[in-house]
Amino acid sequence: MIKALILHASGTNRDSDLAYAIELAGGQPVIKPLSMLKESKSDWRDYGFLGLPGGFSYGDALGAGKLFALDMQTWFNDSLHDFVRSGRPVIGICNGFQALVKSGILPGKQHKATLTFNQRAHFECRWVTLEPNKANPSPWLQGLAPIECPVAHGEGRFFMEKSSELPHHQIALSYTHLDGTPAGNVYPVNPNGSPNDIAGITNSAGNVLGLMPHPENHIHAYQHPRWTRGQQNGLGLELFKNGIQMAR
Amino acid sequence: MLYRQLSRKTDTPSYRIVVESSLAYRSRKLQNQLIELGYKSEALPKVLDLYFLEGQLTAEDVKNIAEKLICDPVTERYSWMSLNAAEHGKAAKGQNTSSVEVTLRPGVTDNIAAELIKAAHRLGIEKLHSVTTGTRYEFNGCLDETDINQIAQDLLVNATIQQYTAGEIWPEFLHPVEGATKAEVIPLLAADEGELLVISQERRLALNLAEMLVVQNHFLVLGREPTDAELETIAQTWSEHCVHKTFKASIHVKTENTEIDGLIKTYLQAATRTINAAWVRSAFVDNAGVIAFDDEFDLSFKVETHNHPSAIEPFGGANTGVGGVVRDILGVSHRPIANTNVLCFGPQDQPVRDLPAGVLHPGRIKAGVVHGIEDYGNKLGLPTVNGAILYHPGYTANPLVYCGCVGFGPRDSHPCDPRPGDRVIVIGGKTGRDGIRGATFSSLTMDAQTGEVAGASVQIGDPITEKGVIEVVERARDEELYNAVTDCGAGGLSSAVGEMSENLGVKVDLAAVPLKYPGLVPWEIWLSEAQERMVLAVPPENLPALQRLCDTYWVELSDIGEFHASGQLEVVFGENLIVKLDNDFLHHGIPRLHLEATLDISPADSGYPSNPGHKQSIQLEEEILLSLLSHPNITSKEAVIRRYDHEVKGSTVIKPLVGLTHDGPSDACVMKPANTKGYRGFVLANGINPYIGEVDAYNMAVSVIDEAVRNVVAVGGDPDQTAILDNFCWGDPNRPETMGSLLKAAQGCHDAAVHFQTPFISGKDSLNNEYIGDDGKRRAIPGTLLISSISITPDIRNSVSMDLKSPGDLIYLVGEWKPALGGSHAVLVTRGREGDNYFGAVEALRKTPELSEPAPEVFRALHQAIHANLITAAHDLSEGGLAVSAAEMALAGHLGADLDLTKIHEDIKIALFAETNGCLLVAINLEKAKAFETHFNNLPIMQIGKVTETSVFTVIHQSKNIFQIPVEKLVAAFTAQRSSHD
Repeated sequence: MIKALILHASGTNRDSDLAYAIELAGGQPVIKPLSMLKESKSDWRDYGFLGLPGGFSYGDALGAGKLFALDMQTWFNDSLHDFVRSGRPVIGICNGFQALVKSGILPGKQHKATLTFNQRAHFECRWVTLEPNKANPSPWLQGLAPIECPVAHGEGRFFMEKSSELPHHQIALSYTHLDGTPAGNVYPVNPNGSPNDIAGITNSAGNVLGLMPHPENHIHAYQHPRWTRGQQNGLGLELFKNGIQMAR
Repeated sequence: MLYRQLSRKTDTPSYRIVVESSLAYRSRKLQNQLIELGYKSEALPKVLDLYFLEGQLTAEDVKNIAEKLICDPVTERYSWMSLNAAEHGKAAKGQNTSSVEVTLRPGVTDNIAAELIKAAHRLGIEKLHSVTTGTRYEFNGCLDETDINQIAQDLLVNATIQQYTAGEIWPEFLHPVEGATKAEVIPLLAADEGELLVISQERRLALNLAEMLVVQNHFLVLGREPTDAELETIAQTWSEHCVHKTFKASIHVKTENTEIDGLIKTYLQAATRTINAAWVRSAFVDNAGVIAFDDEFDLSFKVETHNHPSAIEPFGGANTGVGGVVRDILGVSHRPIANTNVLCFGPQDQPVRDLPAGVLHPGRIKAGVVHGIEDYGNKLGLPTVNGAILYHPGYTANPLVYCGCVGFGPRDSHPCDPRPGDRVIVIGGKTGRDGIRGATFSSLTMDAQTGEVAGASVQIGDPITEKGVIEVVERARDEELYNAVTDCGAGGLSSAVGEMSENLGVKVDLAAVPLKYPGLVPWEIWLSEAQERMVLAVPPENLPALQRLCDTYWVELSDIGEFHASGQLEVVFGENLIVKLDNDFLHHGIPRLHLEATLDISPADSGYPSNPGHKQSIQLEEEILLSLLSHPNITSKEAVIRRYDHEVKGSTVIKPLVGLTHDGPSDACVMKPANTKGYRGFVLANGINPYIGEVDAYNMAVSVIDEAVRNVVAVGGDPDQTAILDNFCWGDPNRPETMGSLLKAAQGCHDAAVHFQTPFISGKDSLNNEYIGDDGKRRAIPGTLLISSISITPDIRNSVSMDLKSPGDLIYLVGEWKPALGGSHAVLVTRGREGDNYFGAVEALRKTPELSEPAPEVFRALHQAIHANLITAAHDLSEGGLAVSAAEMALAGHLGADLDLTKIHEDIKIALFAETNGCLLVAINLEKAKAFETHFNNLPIMQIGKVTETSVFTVIHQSKNIFQIPVEKLVAAFTAQRSSHD
């Protein structure tokens, strides 16, 4: 059984949602508050999978994910970087994605990026459709069908430093219309105004995935907003199965 | 502000950091707001963030803080300077005043500043000890100083919590000063009646003469004067907010010459007792009502109001409203799992110049309240899944903010029995001056000065601290670490500790209470309503385990005293005695209130113009329908709903917005609690209709209970396992007419609850929702009863949404349709400036929807039909009648419908728009129509049409084509206001 380490910072709130998805995907999730992880000196090598869940760590003070990232850099810098370098699967969702970007793990050393305020300048919760990028060889995306799941964020607009661009093969998931055509930066299909409709990215090695939407909130058919109309495609569970598969 | 002690240490350097973003979204938003206010804004204004740091910092420190902690390296750049007090005065004169800077007042909760200090310390910059944050607005010279001051007041600043300067602001930091450690003695014994009332008024005790006399007599017998803290404790404990004096008062009904022995007992609790449902686990006794979910788990539900605070500081008021009701759920040892909210505002298009003095514009109130709910609920990770928003001129100065929370927990896991020797443990936030006297404040009528004087009552929440408290309480319950728990709500420690020790006794040392800043006098510590605190009774041997839990979840714990069997409430500050009161006097000494009621109630006059800015009377059916769909009370609430996370926890099975493109208004939400086996779920809905109440308070109560029940039934809830909560918001009950309408509403509550067999499990009242302006004119809200419902669904997989699904489905009206126009929205939208109205005669208008005799049977039959999968869509008839209900089903499914309403009523306008109780529309697959009709047997159902592929909504009456409206036109009318909320 693959043990999955799920980090809980002060204000993390989708940790149990992520744990449940990992459990259904065949993993064995362990939620660890950072305070406990710091004290117990747990060996990160015991875990085959690392998850940074959504929430509002530190209330998003000073920028979403910023202080979660500072925690990682202050206390777990070596463990985290070793974990990433070892090629084991890492997923950061929403606030976890923000923390991975702000700690420099995503998109990677050679690029400076951020996740900033939505174009509409406020928090928004709605369902989106995500298309995996076929040019991205990451095992996270192997054989993955489009996913339908909710977004719930106010700071999800992915921005690179001026004059630099993310290599196309690092784009993991992008916002599309229901029929798969690109959102084309049209609101609300692209809910936050991310350039190139970027919803999620990987590092260049492909083992670290970060995304704003919440596939962990679509693991049962009855969570789909149109299930009463007989529509229940796009389970997010497949993504987590890929992650567990990678860890094996 | 009365109690602030400020000083500036001139020897401590301070620094100013200005941060500019390369993204213009805030500038554009401000520009739009300026244009809305009538300013020409050719150049884009700038919005910049300000940080003021205080401490012995090096230039390197300041740069590190700015670069590593404050600025986003991709989108932001900064500049900084050190501040020099001596030069500030000179600089201020020569400033470019085409800018304004705003900061929070010292002492107001500033979560960002607090996190910045902690983070800087982690970077090793230990000398940073104070931070103030703010915002700078630059208008690029196109506005003069008068304009800027006006803009600051109308748009940018709420003086209750913020201060501003045209040009550059000089930061204020709160500095430690020595606080008194002794109580002050208040001379009471020799006071005459007039002086007693002056004391009550000056200290804002909200105690009437009879109560002040009882207090005086108590201390005469004791032979000593009371301390300030004792008087404040009594005032809090006896406040309307804490003891519901009005709802327990004996009432003399003048018009009938009868006596009523208290509203709660006679009507609300009586209904619950009569119904005697086995699945009610706890009603009216604890912080929240509790019902059985299944054999193992229970559900709790509580709805609170936070009206007065939201009127003065909408963000903070609503923010802490959510925080408060979530702690009520912790107070029954449950894990909070879902939030609800119902909001009532003044008309959004009200001209600023028509507002009473001292009142914030309803648009600002709404924006702040919605943001406050969003901020707290989302950050706690609780889905906000049900609610309503309505508008009425009566809510202009007195908005209503109802916040609800549902909890979930294992059966019989809530200990509520503190024992002698248990420690008094406070966990969560620190105590500050914020939130002094909230309980008495909420029991007073507001006036133009309320904002200034009661400013200290308002506070900003800290949801992240509360999140930690939730984690701790749940685990402490599972490890059985405490014998009792309660929340620190209104009245702070005084009511929390007071209530817990009511049947015991306690001694508390205020010196052990952790403070946000020193300088508080003892009674302030005792009364402070600082948020995010819970009080637990913990056996001493369990303290280490509780401390470990608190450390894990970043929660502060303090041990402030001990319960003992003394029958006394004793509070000290170190050696000094602060409070020593007999529990018996404190909890049972309050004299019973006697109130007069009259049932001869003249039509309500809210004190506001009833139809501001209304045009001419409208006549055409199509026009009436489209105006109803775009009426603020009926129109899509999507712009607000999407600001709340309704997906977190993955439990939301039927969402607030449903249909093909997720824009249909769901009747109720269906939830499946996370980590439960099987497919059992629960349903949340509400009923509210002050418009009916303006005509008839009894029928309002009956109608909103019917609405709350039919809404849960519409999605699959079991009417025989539905519990309800009452929340009364009314004006001043000392006026016999107001008391009379309250009495009629309570009677309606009783009769309808018994009729539907839906027990009340919890309730709350908020009275004195009135405002006296500088003109001396009294403005009151319309008496507003919110009924919230919670119901069990045996199988979430059978849930039904309201959108039409398939062409060919038949549409039926289910229930007994009894038309009424009193309080209807059709009258509201058709009434012209002169009061002229198609619906004509006043007598006909006064009739309001009545209790529906067959409704309980109809609802039960519909519930069975839903779970037999006979129904494809269901939607209730409410505001706007049958026409609006059918149109909403069509627009949500993006499908057409052909309706023939000949059999409904001879007058097509009445058939379309009259309102009724006890009715729903349902869609049925052709093949199941026979089974459906057989199932309903003798109950009232009528086939009125079918779903079509045409994308046209058609109504025929007596072979005449009344209208053919493209469905997209319905969608456009229903969503017209959506974009304007962004």
